[in-house]
Amino acid sequence: MRLANIFHLGCKELHCLIRDPILLFLIVYAFTVGVYAAGIAIPETLNRAPISIVDEDDSPLSERIAAAFYLPHFLPPVFTTLGEMDSRMDAGYDTFAINIPPDFQRDLLAGRPPTIQLNIDATRMSQAFTGNNYIQTIINNEVSEYYYRYRGESPTAASLAMRARFNQSLTQIWFGAVMEVINNVTMLSIILIGASLIREREHSTVEHLLVMPVTPFEIMISKSWSMGLVVLTSCAVSLTLVVQRALAVTIEGSLLLFLAGAALHLFATTALGIFMATVARSMPQFGLLMMLVLLPLQMLSGGVTPRESMPIVIQHVMQLAPTTHFVALAQTILYRGGGIEVVWHHFLKLVIIGTILFILALRRFRKTISLMA
Amino acid sequence: MSPQTPPPVVRTNGVSLRYGKVLGLNNVTLELPSGCMAGVIGPDGVGKSSLFSLVAGAHVIQTGSVEVLGMDISQRRHRESICPRIAYMPQGLGKNLYSTLSVYENIDFFGRLFGQGTEERQSRIAHLVTSTGLEPFCERPAGKLSGGMKQKLGLCCALIHDPDLLILDEPTTGVDPLSRAQFWDLIEQIRLSRPEMSVLVATAYMEEAARFDWLAIMDAGEVLATGTPASLLAKAGTSSLEEAFIALLPEERRRNHQAVVIPPIRTDDSSPVAIEAQSLTMKFGDFVAVDQVDFRIASGEIFGFLGSNGCGKTTTMKMLTGLLPATGGQAWLFGHPVNPKDIETRRRVGYMTQAFSLYSELTVEQNLVLHARLFSVPGELIASRVKEMSARFGLNDVMDALPDNLPLGQRQRLSLAVAMIHKPEILILDEPTSGVDPIARDTFWQAMIDLARQDGVTIFISTHFMNEAERCDRISLMHEGKVLVSGCPADLKAERGAETLEQVFIDLLKEAGTRDDQTNQGDGKRFIPPSFAATSSFDCPSVPHRRYSLSRVLSYARREALELYRDPIRATLALLGSFILMIIMGYGISMDVENLAFAVLDRDQSTASREYTLNLTGSRYFIERPPLTNYQELDQRMQSGELSLAIEMPPDFGRDLARGRQPAIGAWVDGANPQRAETIQGYVNGMHSLWLSDQATHHRASMPDTTLIHIETRYRYNPDVKSLMAMVPAVIPLLLIMIPAVLTALSVVREKELGSIVNLYVTPITRLEFLLGKQLPYIGLGMVNFFLLALCAIFLFQVPIKGDLVSLCLAALLYVSAATALGLLISTFMRSQVAALFGTALITILFSVNYSGMITPVTSLEGGGRIIGQIFPTAHFLIITRGIFSKALGFPDLQKEFFALVLTIVILLTLCTLLLKKQES
Repeated sequence: MRLANIFHLGCKELHCLIRDPILLFLIVYAFTVGVYAAGIAIPETLNRAPISIVDEDDSPLSERIAAAFYLPHFLPPVFTTLGEMDSRMDAGYDTFAINIPPDFQRDLLAGRPPTIQLNIDATRMSQAFTGNNYIQTIINNEVSEYYYRYRGESPTAASLAMRARFNQSLTQIWFGAVMEVINNVTMLSIILIGASLIREREHSTVEHLLVMPVTPFEIMISKSWSMGLVVLTSCAVSLTLVVQRALAVTIEGSLLLFLAGAALHLFATTALGIFMATVARSMPQFGLLMMLVLLPLQMLSGGVTPRESMPIVIQHVMQLAPTTHFVALAQTILYRGGGIEVVWHHFLKLVIIGTILFILALRRFRKTISLMA
Repeated sequence: MSPQTPPPVVRTNGVSLRYGKVLGLNNVTLELPSGCMAGVIGPDGVGKSSLFSLVAGAHVIQTGSVEVLGMDISQRRHRESICPRIAYMPQGLGKNLYSTLSVYENIDFFGRLFGQGTEERQSRIAHLVTSTGLEPFCERPAGKLSGGMKQKLGLCCALIHDPDLLILDEPTTGVDPLSRAQFWDLIEQIRLSRPEMSVLVATAYMEEAARFDWLAIMDAGEVLATGTPASLLAKAGTSSLEEAFIALLPEERRRNHQAVVIPPIRTDDSSPVAIEAQSLTMKFGDFVAVDQVDFRIASGEIFGFLGSNGCGKTTTMKMLTGLLPATGGQAWLFGHPVNPKDIETRRRVGYMTQAFSLYSELTVEQNLVLHARLFSVPGELIASRVKEMSARFGLNDVMDALPDNLPLGQRQRLSLAVAMIHKPEILILDEPTSGVDPIARDTFWQAMIDLARQDGVTIFISTHFMNEAERCDRISLMHEGKVLVSGCPADLKAERGAETLEQVFIDLLKEAGTRDDQTNQGDGKRFIPPSFAATSSFDCPSVPHRRYSLSRVLSYARREALELYRDPIRATLALLGSFILMIIMGYGISMDVENLAFAVLDRDQSTASREYTLNLTGSRYFIERPPLTNYQELDQRMQSGELSLAIEMPPDFGRDLARGRQPAIGAWVDGANPQRAETIQGYVNGMHSLWLSDQATHHRASMPDTTLIHIETRYRYNPDVKSLMAMVPAVIPLLLIMIPAVLTALSVVREKELGSIVNLYVTPITRLEFLLGKQLPYIGLGMVNFFLLALCAIFLFQVPIKGDLVSLCLAALLYVSAATALGLLISTFMRSQVAALFGTALITILFSVNYSGMITPVTSLEGGGRIIGQIFPTAHFLIITRGIFSKALGFPDLQKEFFALVLTIVILLTLCTLLLKKQES
C-alpha cells in the first residue's frame, strides 16, 4: 500500500509540474539554450585579446612581429606611442602592450640580444597567463625564423613534447557545456522540489495531504523521485541532443554510469531542497535562501575553479557537500572516460551524504509540516 | 428624484470591465446619491469590488464613463485633483495596511503621504485613535490586530485627510458580530460629525445592508435593482434582503432553487458519540489559540461552530483531525483518542479546509481519483465511486475542467465530493460557504443535510453566517479561543430572550469582553470629529496637490526602511548577503593554478633525468606524487583526476643529452579543464626553457648560447599575479548590483502581491516619488554593503586601494543608485516575487559576469554581448574599481565612466517612471 501511495503522489507531482509553464520553461531553457550558450560563450581560452604595440624600431622585423598577431586569438594590434600606451592600459583598452625598442633589429643581427618589453594587465587573470605564453611563443618564432631564415629549428639540448589528454585541442566548448549540465542538475533539483513543497503550502494543499492516510515519509520520497526523475531525464536528453549532437562534443565515458551518479546526487539535493523549503516561509524567501546556499555549493565544488587552489579548510569543509563529489565523478566519467573502478568512492560518499541529508530533512519536515497547514 | 436632491456623488454610464475572458462588470449605469450611506450588495465575485476600484481610480476604465465628485476620472488631471478628497479601503482585512508597522506608524504613513505637518498629523492621529478606541494599541503591529481592530485602523488611515467620499469595500467580512456592530456605530458617528461626507459600502452580509440609506443589488456584473431598502423589500415582496436578492435574480438562475428543508434529527441519548473534546487547549508560545474547549457531538448530528476570524475555530478543527497536536486536553473520534500518527482513523474522517485546497493543476476527475487512491479505495471501486460522487454533487459536466475555471459554488461542491470520496463517517468542514452566493449556498446545504440525515454522517461545520447557524442541530459560539455557549439555536434564543442569533452572540461577547482588545471598545464612546473644532488652524486640511513633494518621498522611504528592518531574512541578505558571498567568491574563485599534482615515469633513472624533474619539484606550483611505473598506471591515475601532469623521461635520456642527440621529453597535461591545462603548459614550457638555459651556461659550455632576444614580461597592476588582487575589484561590482537590484525588484512586486500597491493608485503620491521613496533605503544599504566589502577587501584579503578613496565612494554611490534603479525597472514588468527574484538575479549575474569585462574584456566581445558591455553599468564601475584599486587612478582619469553611470541612472529612472502604472489595468 505504501508503495502505491508513493507512486500516486509522485504522479500527482508530475501532473502539477506539467501545468506550471514557468517551471517547465525554466527546465527546457536551462538544459537547451543555457547549455548551448555556455558551450559557445568562450570558444577559445584566448579569444580576441586586445593588444597594442609601440614600435620604436620600425624595421622589417618589428613589422613582421606585429603582423603575427591576428584573429581569433588576438584583435588586430593597435599601434601607439609610449605615452599613450600607459593611459590605454589604465583605461582598460588593452590587456597586452608590446614595446619593441629602437635598434631592435640591428642589435639582434649584431649578436647583442635586445630586450622586448611585454606589458600585461594582470587584473585580467583569464587572459594574462595564457596570453603571455602565446605572445612569447609567437615573438620567439618570428625572431628565430627571421634570424635563421627558416622556421623553428634552433639547436636545443632536449625537446619537450607536450600533449593534452582527454581534450586534445583544449576547446572550451567541451568544458563549458558539460559543466553547465552538471550545475543545472543541482540548481533545478533544488528549485523544483522546493517550489513543489512551497506551492503545497501556499495553495494550502498540504493540509489536505496531512489529513489523508499518508505519512510525511511518503510525501517526501514521492516528491524526491518525481522531481529527480524530471531532472535526470532532462539531463540525459540535454547531454545526448545538445552536447553530443548540437555542439558535437564527444563524451568519453559511460553516460549510464554518469546518470547513476546523478541519481545519487539528486537523492541528496532533493533532501536539501526539502530542508530549505521548510525553513523558508514563502517562495521569495526560498529564493533568497537559495542565493546564499546554492552559490557556495556550486562555486566551491571544484566545478568553477579547481579545488586544489582553494584554502585547505574550504577543501575539507566542502568534502561534506554533495556537489563536490558529483562534480568530481562527472568530470572523471564525462571528461576522462573513467569507469566505476575510479569513481566508486565518490558514489559511496554520495550515498552517505544523501542518507544523512535525507534523515535530517525528514526529521525537520515531520516537525514543521503541521505548522505549514 | 426631487429637485432639491444634490448631484450624485458617483455617476457611471455603460461601464464594463473585463479580466481576460471574464466579464467583471457588464454595462453598469448607476447614480449613487451623495451625502448618505449608499450600499452595493451581492455575494462575492459579482463585481462590487471591480466597481469600487474604478470609482476610487485604482483601476483603469475600459469602457463607459465614470464621474466622481463631478469629475470625469478617466482623465489623469481630474483624477489627481479629486484624489485627495477620496478615501478607499479595499477588500480584505487590512489589505492596504503594512502588517509589520505599528498602528501609529500606519496612520502616520498616510498622514505624511497627504503632506500633513508634524503638529497637524500628531493631533489628527491622537483624535482618531481615541475615537476608535485604538489608543492603547498604538505600538502594536497591524498584523497582530484582531479583524475588527484592523478594520478600525483601516478607517483611521482612510479618515486622516478628511475625505468627502469614503469607499469601504466589504469592511466587515470575517469580523465578529460585536466588532461589526461597533464598526457601523462608528461610521454612523463619523457621518453625524461630517454630514456632507458620502459613504459607499459594499457588503456580502445582506442583513447589514438593511441599515443603509440606499442600495444597489448586484449579480454577475450587473445591477439588478436600486432603491431604499424598504422599497426593495416591497418590490420583491419578501421580508429579508437575502430572500429579496433571490427573488430579484433572473428567472433561469432561480429555476432550480428550493428553500432548504431540514428534516428533524432522530437522535436520542443512546446514539453513539462521534466527536468528543475535553478541555482541549492549544498554545502557540504565549498565545492561547484554543482555551479549554469541551463538546460532545452525537453521530449523525450537524454541529455548527460559530465565531469570527481568528477565534480558534480552525485550530480546534485541526486538532480534531490530528493536524495539530493539542498542547492540553484530549479529543476522541469514535471513542479513540486522536493521534496524529494513527493513519487508520484518518480513513474515517473527511476534512474540507477553509480556503480551497485541492490541486488546481489537476482536473476535477484527477482530483477525485487521486484522493480515492490515497484513501485506498479498492482499485475496482474507484471508477464507480468517482461517478457516484460526481453525480451526487452535480459535477458531471465539469469532470475535465481545472478547478480554477469553476465558479466558487462548484469548487466548494468539488471539495465536498473529495472529502466524501472514501465515505467517511465524520465530515469536518471549515467555513465551506464563505463567499458563495445564496443559491449555491442553499444547494450546498441541501447536499450536507442529505448526508447527515440519509447516510448518517456526522457533520462538524464552522461558519460566520448566522442564518446558516440556524440550520444546525446544535451550535457552539466561540470567541478568542473560548466556547461561550453551546446548544440548539432555538433554545439559545429563547434562553436569552433575543430575536436573532446575532443578538445572542453580541450579548455574549459583551459579557465576555474580558481581554484587553475589548476593554476599550463599545463603551459608547462618541466619535470626536478630528478637524475640526480643536484644530481649527488646519482649516485647509491637506496641502494642495503638488507635482513633487519631498515629504511624500520620505514617507515611502521611511516605511520601506521600517518594513525591511522587521523582516529578518530580507534584512540579513540586504546587510550581510554581499559580505558572505564576497568571502565565498574571494576564496572560491581562484585563477591561481597551484599545488598541481604531477608524477614522473622515469625510464632512464639517470642523474640527468632526476635533475630535470627536480626542477619541477622545487617549484611552488607543483607537488610530486609517487612515481609512475608504466603507461597503464599513467592512464589510470590521470583518469581518476589524481594527476594533472605526467612527465615521461625517455630511456637513455642522460646519455643522449650528453651526446647532443636532443632527446625528447614527454609531458601529458590533463585537458579536462582547458583553461587550467593552458596554464600548466605555460608553466612546464617556462620550466623547460629555464632548464635549457641552465644547461647552456653551467653544464655544457660547449653548447651554443641560443638566446636571440630577451622578453621582459611586466605584469602590471598586480605584479605577483595573485588571483585575489584581480578578483576582489571584480567581485565588488557583481555583488553591488545583484543584491540591491534583487531587493528593490522584490520590494515593488511584494506590494503588488500583498495588495498595498493600491496606495500608489489612490493616494496623491506620484510615480517618481514612489520610485525614489522605494529606492532610497536600498541605496543606503548598498552603501553599507560597499563599505563592508571594501573593509573585507583591505583587511581580510589584503588587497589595498591604491587610488583615490573618495572617488571610489562616489562611484559606488552612483553605481548602487543605478543598480537599485535597474531593480525597479525589472519590477515594473514582473508580477510575482518569484519571477522578480529569479529574473533579476539571472539578468544581473549574466550581464555582469559575461558581458561586463569581468572575465573577458568588453573589447574582446562580439555582437550583442559587446553592446551590452558598453551600456551595462557594471562594465563602467568595473573599470573604476580596477582603476582605483589596482591602477592607482582617481576621478580625473575616469571621468568618462562616472558620466556614463550618471546617464544610466537618469535613463533607468525615466524608463521606470514611464512604465510604472499609476492605475491597475
